[in-house]
Amino acid sequence: MKKDQFVYVTYIRTTPEKLWKALTQPEFTRQFFMGTVQESEWKPGASWRIKAPGDLITDSGEVLEIEPNRRLVLKWRNEFRPELKAEGYSRMTYELEKEGNSVKLTVIHEIDKKGSKLIEAVSSGWPHILASLKSLLETGESLEETREWPREACK
Amino acid sequence: MDAVFKALADPSRRKLLDELRKENGQTLSELCEHLDMTRQAVTKHLVLLEKANLIAVVWRGREKLHYLNPMPLHEIYERWIGKYERHRLQALSDLKKGLEQIKTKKPKTK
Repeated sequence: MKKDQFVYVTYIRTTPEKLWKALTQPEFTRQFFMGTVQESEWKPGASWRIKAPGDLITDSGEVLEIEPNRRLVLKWRNEFRPELKAEGYSRMTYELEKEGNSVKLTVIHEIDKKGSKLIEAVSSGWPHILASLKSLLETGESLEETREWPREACK
Repeated sequence: MDAVFKALADPSRRKLLDELRKENGQTLSELCEHLDMTRQAVTKHLVLLEKANLIAVVWRGREKLHYLNPMPLHEIYERWIGKYERHRLQALSDLKKGLEQIKTKKPKTK
């Protein structure tokens, strides 16, 4: 079956351990993931969600696979835009591989349908978020415009 | 960043990226169908694009799928385009597109 899928690869000068922390812990995600935090017990089968300021749940799902510092697979559904929520669950994978002094981070976001609005929506967000994550880990400062949840998205 | 500009400085490689933008996640054989090049030439171009990180590769079983990776171009964009310039650039680009469409449509209506 054909599916919609995006793949992003970025090399970040850091360690897998630091990158893993940055991807999962609120004090880091707040800085580069549009001011949001991710809530989960981070074990297989555990529920997972993204919470924006004001307790708005933007996305939710479940941890499908987890191997700390190495790999995370999430079941992912948008929760705040009805037309995206209607598409159901997508799958998001983080893969971390050490390469010299850097870590190769691969992000794969996919859904089992063609012409997905969800994949289109996240595909404009991921490059920005990942560029900011790279900047945060390499320089200590994230990109300014990724530190706050955009107001127009809250409607 | 040198690798990125070098990879982009060739029309065939830009064509390969265009093909992936149309349909992401293609195999070598699928890419060869749209291009007037030998399989070996396409393979060589893909290696250069992959080295520049402009293409990401995912294995599905025995199939090697190629994806357009926007990260290096996003870094270039971040470096030279300020956050306040983005909306104005978008507006100008929309205006250009709109005007050029009017121009190309006119002869047909006459």
